[in-house]
Amino acid sequence: MSDRIIIQATINGEEMEFLADERDSLLEALRERIGLTGTKECCNNGNCGACAVILDGRLVNSCCVMAAEVEGSQITTVEGLAQDGLTPLQQSFLEEAALQCGICTPGFLVSSTALLEKNPNPTEHEIRFWLSGNLCRCTGYDKIVRAVQSASQKMRGQ
Amino acid sequence: MVATKEKQFRVIGTRPIRHDGADKVTGRAQYGTDFRMTGMLFGRVKRSPHAHAIIKRIDASRALALHGVKAVITAADLPPPTVGGGGPGPGGGGGPQGARFQMENFMASKKALYIGHPVAAVCATDAHVAEDALALIDVEYEVLTPVLDVREAMAEGAPILHEDLRTRDASPLASEPPADKPTNVASHTQYKLGDIEKGFAEAEVILEREFTTSMFHQGYLEPTNGAAEWSKDGHLTLWNSSQGPHNFRTQLAQMFRIPLSKVTVVPMEIGGGFGGKLFMHVEPLAAVLAQKTGKAVKMIVTREEVFESGPTSGTYVRVKYGAKKDGTITAGQAYMAYEAGAFPGSPLSGGMNGVFGSYKIPNILIDGYDVVVNKPKSAAYRAPGTPAGTFAGESLLNEMAQRLDIDPMELRIKNAAKDGDDRPWGGKWGVIGNLQVMEAMKNHPHYTSELQGENRGRGVSMGYWSNAGGETSASASVNGDGTVQLVLGAVDVAGTRASTAMQLAETIGIAAEDIWPKVVDTDSVGFTLLTGGSRTTFASGWAAYELGMEIRKRMVERAARIWECDAAAVTYGDDGIIRGPNDSEGKERKLSFKEIAAQLGRTGGSIEVGANVNKQTVGPSFGGHIVDVEVDKDTGKVQILRYTAFQDAGRAIHPGYVESQIQGGAVQGIGMALTEDYYWGADGRMQNASFLDYRMPTALDVPMIDTVIIEVPNPGHPYGVRGVAEVCIVPPLAALQTAVAEATGIHFTQVPMSPRVILEALLKDGD
Repeated sequence: MSDRIIIQATINGEEMEFLADERDSLLEALRERIGLTGTKECCNNGNCGACAVILDGRLVNSCCVMAAEVEGSQITTVEGLAQDGLTPLQQSFLEEAALQCGICTPGFLVSSTALLEKNPNPTEHEIRFWLSGNLCRCTGYDKIVRAVQSASQKMRGQ
Repeated sequence: MVATKEKQFRVIGTRPIRHDGADKVTGRAQYGTDFRMTGMLFGRVKRSPHAHAIIKRIDASRALALHGVKAVITAADLPPPTVGGGGPGPGGGGGPQGARFQMENFMASKKALYIGHPVAAVCATDAHVAEDALALIDVEYEVLTPVLDVREAMAEGAPILHEDLRTRDASPLASEPPADKPTNVASHTQYKLGDIEKGFAEAEVILEREFTTSMFHQGYLEPTNGAAEWSKDGHLTLWNSSQGPHNFRTQLAQMFRIPLSKVTVVPMEIGGGFGGKLFMHVEPLAAVLAQKTGKAVKMIVTREEVFESGPTSGTYVRVKYGAKKDGTITAGQAYMAYEAGAFPGSPLSGGMNGVFGSYKIPNILIDGYDVVVNKPKSAAYRAPGTPAGTFAGESLLNEMAQRLDIDPMELRIKNAAKDGDDRPWGGKWGVIGNLQVMEAMKNHPHYTSELQGENRGRGVSMGYWSNAGGETSASASVNGDGTVQLVLGAVDVAGTRASTAMQLAETIGIAAEDIWPKVVDTDSVGFTLLTGGSRTTFASGWAAYELGMEIRKRMVERAARIWECDAAAVTYGDDGIIRGPNDSEGKERKLSFKEIAAQLGRTGGSIEVGANVNKQTVGPSFGGHIVDVEVDKDTGKVQILRYTAFQDAGRAIHPGYVESQIQGGAVQGIGMALTEDYYWGADGRMQNASFLDYRMPTALDVPMIDTVIIEVPNPGHPYGVRGVAEVCIVPPLAALQTAVAEATGIHFTQVPMSPRVILEALLKDGD
């Protein structure tokens, strides 16, 4: 048995303290120790983006971050996106039918949220480039790109 | 865009937000991998590092000594296989040994037959400990020579995987008993129409080519998974994500020799399947570990293990076409050899049906072979087996069009299969939209536009998929406020809660939003077949229609009670308004669905209805794609400039999800055509078992996929539904082959046409 460590971090706006295995990735800690299973594990080596979270303002694959590294950090997961009702991105994903099975959706939403914060009016190419770290096997990406475009318009008040 | 529409619907054809949507955009939806239970153990699989080896000895003592390890199992711990052919699992095509082959695939007893073949499994109190324990299970092997290619496996003197395997004649009119000789060829199937020699004698141009396809993986993002627990009185519960909870229940009950009522399968949300989750993987191992420990055991496999289990077949296909100079096709012949993986049961019939699927050809001969090799057991993958066969057939047909100097769509339209024509495998076509799809393609601005520029090319291809029907159950209850609970047996992989609820809403004249659809466990709904074969919107839709018609009848009876009149005098309008005879003052009597629902308690109690359908009136689907590409001659990379996909949906219930199926299928086919590949080492190890190296298309690799939905309603469905999910993966391979041929002058005969393959050919070509 490996050692347990106590980690303090602010997750989705809530300060918390939790016990993790020293070998846990941030993804494992979120899912297995805290019970935030919205962040998905699909490849566990940084290739699919399903486990994307925002860590201190940076978009990261949580499977590639050790839990021990996030001491004192601010983390946003898919569960923390919606405050009062759904965000424009979440709403657009539903209106544009931008998901089928939905397992990649949390990662796409977190990544797209980070994109629109950085670049509120991205071109189609910029959206595709930014989201190329997120795999979707169901939709062929067409409707996902349209949903991000639509949310971008809504958020810019157009 | 929807090309035809003759009847006005209230709900069908609209785009409501799916009922399970909010849960899926907020992280609330619970998938198989998300399942947890107090005190649960975590299991892992020990897999063979050899593609072909005798298992001499397994020693788990070091693993069992590790703190936290609770049990280790080997094949000896699994129940003995039942007798007879297997169900839909691996070995389903395997003849008399099917059930044994299925168990052997779950865990090898004497011989490991592919790298990744399970040989033991362990469970522990923590996932990390279970992983550590794998290295402490000692397995001694006697390594044998593997055979990894379908043609090598068919050759004389090839290493034999199963000493007791004999070639079965699987033809529609099979007669010959199998030769009593060990072989890797599990079956031979032949389709015959007309006289093939006469057909080629009549031809003025004959073309023949060999084609090969790599193995491909479904690439579902959620790894296969299962959590099992036994109650103290012997009731087994399985929580997992699969495409067929009832089929899994059947298989588990047979395996453990317990009544069906003693097994509950709880379908969690499923993160992609595409056929790969029609079959059990680790679920039986979790059940055995749970039985042994008396605890719940959850198993999730790694991505590498996913790639090592259940891909689709690698193939070798030879196609020969004969035609007259005016474009009349006189003969079509195909030789198709499909790798089944380590156990019989490749999706050969899909390839045999699809190779000439869209055409009326008077003389056809197709020979298909199901062949075992030392690779993972193949599983279903979207239109199973068809993309490989159609890649060969349609690529060669495009070459024929070029040779005859006839427009490729004109050639297709001239030879198109139409309603009532003979099918190669027997029977006749019913009402099909094949010709309508071809006409739509030919007249589309994409096709009529001129493609300009260097190193560019355009390709077209058709595709055919049979679709499926079969047993489906559902029930519905009317709530006091006029909303309706809809209980579904069929798992929802991509929006079928919405498409089924919409068909019920249409039938009873209420809003889709007033229906709450739910997929339930096997205790709570009648037997329902797999979610596969593009059957769900068709079959669950039929069930929804029958539920709706029964609800209408019951609501009419309640109205008659309220009005104290004869039910025959009450009518149920498609708008959900129930009208009765005029009252004593001559005024029309009418009540809305909601108004009657509010009086259910006073008129006899709540209304709950069930439907169990078994419909075979399936409408086949046809689709066709047009693609423009540019080939970078320095790197061999193919850039897709424009893509348009056409498909007969019968009726598009929720056009957004129909479009999404077409787009997703097209992009999976693009992956097969251009980038996805299993790189095999000589030892039988997949060299690229990660999403980084198994290159599925990303958002950056593809453009928008334009869709054209054609509606030729299926007369065998109340709303005309045909399945839509599968045919869309079929055309991309040949369409891209031809586009690349036009751009480079080279007719590639293998997929993927990866940059390496294209660049090597260009360099060889002296360009």
